[in-house]
Amino acid sequence: MHDMTALEPRTLLRLLTCGSVDDGKSTLIGRLLFDTDNIPDDQRASLERDSRKFGTDGANIDYALLVDGLEAEREQGITIDVAYRFMATPRRKFIIADTPGHEQYTRNMATGASTAQLAILLVDASQGLLTQTRRHAFIADLLGIRHVVLAVNKIDLIGHDQARFEAIARDFATLATRFHFQTITAIPLSARHGDNVVHRSEAMPWYQGPTLLDHLEAIEPATAQTGPFRFPVQWVSRPDADFRGYAGTVAGGVIRPGDAVVVAASGRTSTIARIVTADGDREVANAGDAITLTLADELDISRGDVLATPDTRPDVAAQFAADLVWMSAAPLLPGRPYVVRIGTASVSGVVSKIRHKVNVNNFDELAADQLTLNEVALVNLALAAPVAFDAYQDNRRTGAFILIDRVTNETVAAGMIRHALRRASNIHTQALTIDRAAREARNGHRPAILWFTGLSGSGKSTIANLLETRLHLLGAHTYLLDGDNIRHGLNRDLGFTDADRVENIRRVGEVAKLFADAGTIVLVSFISPFRAERQMARELVEPGLFHEVFVDTPIEICRQRDPKGLYRKADAGQIRNFTGIDSPYEPPEAPEFHLKTDTTDAETLADHLLASLRPALGLQT
Amino acid sequence: MRITPSAPSSTAASSAAPGPNATDLAALEAESIEIIREAAAGFRNPVMLYSIGKDSSVMLHLAMKAFFPGKPPFPLLHVDTGWKFREMISFRDETARRLGLELIVRTNAEAAARGINPFDQTASTYTTIMKTETLKAALDEFGFDAAFGGARRDEEKSRAKERIFSVRTAAHGWDPKAQRPELWTLFNTRLAPGQSMRVFPLSNWTEADIWNYIAAEAIPVVPLYFAKPRPVVQRGTQWIMVDDDRLPLRPGEVPELRSVRFRTLGCYPLTAAVESTAATLDAVIAEMGASRLSERQGRLIDHDDSAAMEKKKREGYF
Repeated sequence: MHDMTALEPRTLLRLLTCGSVDDGKSTLIGRLLFDTDNIPDDQRASLERDSRKFGTDGANIDYALLVDGLEAEREQGITIDVAYRFMATPRRKFIIADTPGHEQYTRNMATGASTAQLAILLVDASQGLLTQTRRHAFIADLLGIRHVVLAVNKIDLIGHDQARFEAIARDFATLATRFHFQTITAIPLSARHGDNVVHRSEAMPWYQGPTLLDHLEAIEPATAQTGPFRFPVQWVSRPDADFRGYAGTVAGGVIRPGDAVVVAASGRTSTIARIVTADGDREVANAGDAITLTLADELDISRGDVLATPDTRPDVAAQFAADLVWMSAAPLLPGRPYVVRIGTASVSGVVSKIRHKVNVNNFDELAADQLTLNEVALVNLALAAPVAFDAYQDNRRTGAFILIDRVTNETVAAGMIRHALRRASNIHTQALTIDRAAREARNGHRPAILWFTGLSGSGKSTIANLLETRLHLLGAHTYLLDGDNIRHGLNRDLGFTDADRVENIRRVGEVAKLFADAGTIVLVSFISPFRAERQMARELVEPGLFHEVFVDTPIEICRQRDPKGLYRKADAGQIRNFTGIDSPYEPPEAPEFHLKTDTTDAETLADHLLASLRPALGLQT
Repeated sequence: MRITPSAPSSTAASSAAPGPNATDLAALEAESIEIIREAAAGFRNPVMLYSIGKDSSVMLHLAMKAFFPGKPPFPLLHVDTGWKFREMISFRDETARRLGLELIVRTNAEAAARGINPFDQTASTYTTIMKTETLKAALDEFGFDAAFGGARRDEEKSRAKERIFSVRTAAHGWDPKAQRPELWTLFNTRLAPGQSMRVFPLSNWTEADIWNYIAAEAIPVVPLYFAKPRPVVQRGTQWIMVDDDRLPLRPGEVPELRSVRFRTLGCYPLTAAVESTAATLDAVIAEMGASRLSERQGRLIDHDDSAAMEKKKREGYF
């Protein structure tokens, strides 16, 4: 059946196709699959059936239907997500990420590009380079793709004109000078008719270059093999007392038994004892290998640590500059805490500054105080703890990260690290001799943060004041943080936009933490409308110290009370961004205390709170 | 034809590293092992769905490799409809014994007692009750927050768009419009209360990859994949095996011995055999290179309409 002796070992190439519906991108992929005989007979039959029902090419086969996946998409005639397609020839297996070309789908293209080694940029020969071509080239470059095919499609529509093809190829070469592509291969083709896709076209004798398939089979992309050794620890393997191994995938370089390694964060060093696999120990492992390493010394290593060559170490820092692609419908707010997933590590972090955003169509750099869906920006990130990383252009595995929203758990951004921000490493944590335990012993009670959240007029400050009075009478050290002493002083530079509300609560959380560290029982009375910020404040301190008190009062009652006349003004349109009216309030999902002021009076609620809190505070009766 | 899509890789997966000269199978193996380790690290209580077929055999083999010299830190779960081929059940029990793994088996006994079977209900009703509902109940019973499945993106169009880490609602439903972006190998394993994850380590494998890898690694598979004379009846264009005396024969039907094998395995009354003389692995791979039909062609449940799988998945089918 197959002449096995004639075959080289088959290799794998991951590629991405970008272009809009009108460029014939789905048709090109369908054509590739069809002409390489990758479509089974029964799928061919259903393709002919579907072509008559949904096709856009009359009675002819609509190759695009082979790749347009979901029901809704078939009906709308557009591709709306990333689809993966597979193709095999005797020389190569191909994983094709098919991503849509609409502007609003930048996130899909970035997703497909993240794992691709090569990008096919489709242009319509009759249109030449369009704005979207610039966008696609920009994103491919940003995500680290170094090999590009410019597929000049529908060449039949311009009469297979050599001069116009060459003009388009020249235009692209000019555009690409600002990018980092190592190879750019322009190919004139017709997906619909199959010219120069798999079979060489007879209509273009002037074209001597490879067909698309020839090129895809021949290209040898650079790998992380040549870089320094990197190994993010994924799993600590301890099947019994005698074996301690570190499982993971080599992210860069080559490793052999006897090689020296360093744990990037701690700086501890050791040497590789064994490279363990189920198929026996190895003499060498390369970038991309999933292996288990054992070391000559017992070191404290856990998931998230990075083993590296001591000669060329990764950066270890808590602050870095990075390119960011924002992927969520909810905007990025600087200062809001996200989960940063980098390598195998997960840490809390904030975008501390948006340096500028980039218009992906003309590459203009613009000032911004937030990012919306599909926007790209250069930002600074600040993490809660240092992590090990490389620049993305040096290593796509150790230089990439994602941001995850703490509340929705959605993946909201993709990031590519540029460089560490050095000031981070100059701030050393001071080890103090007077610690919190010493202050607790002197005070006679434990500190706490009692975080009162609720609508304006819900009764937060009233109850907080009553509770503070009771605590004071018991001899406790207390302090109340509220709008009056914070908004007018520390935070007087902040307004009421979402971004300012986030920063407001961040500062309040940090101040509360300092007071708690000083041994004080801190009562915080702020509307604090967003779950994510309350969660951040909670995570600033050790578990058990933070108590969320939800003062739950229906907005109609708050409006009737209106102690400061604010609802009247907001309803009259004199105050913008008023919580509960034109700005959202996200009620707590699991507060420690849930107070309903419409059924119980404030004094009783304060008594109940005190009784419940006493054990946690260690207060004598 | 210049191109032979099913031409096997010529070197064994484990003999070459996925460096610059890595074989396609070595690269796929490394990718899958990384995914399996990531799920084991990221979830509190994962489970591996074990369907006994060739894909499950490969997935289980990869899990054994991923945690060597230890064992996979999760049990296997088989949803038994009561209508699986007898050879599948004996292979299942033998595999769990051989590898020393915990095997959980769940059957919807209540529905079986009610008379739910592959003949008196439509294939999709039967599948929903005996497979989908039983699976959901088993996941809830043990509180599994992640379940590995052996699905491949090349099997079917709606699978081509599913993430490797795919979130399910508390009711185990899939929302194809609300999928998280999945970048690099930075998998997002965070879940809200009630949600769970499906993890598909074989997403980027094709049927040909599976067989080539089984050959390269000498992975045991159910003998039903290899041709031998078996008692079958012809229904339309399909050969159905008479695996036991529960298959109601239609008037005039007499089981005959024919040399057949199976490309995909499921409930025997719903799984068509293909006529074949391929009795060895090499013969199966050679036959597949020449085959003109996709493997799902032998699955009766997918034939309702071309969007059948997407609908089933939204309802919680694996």
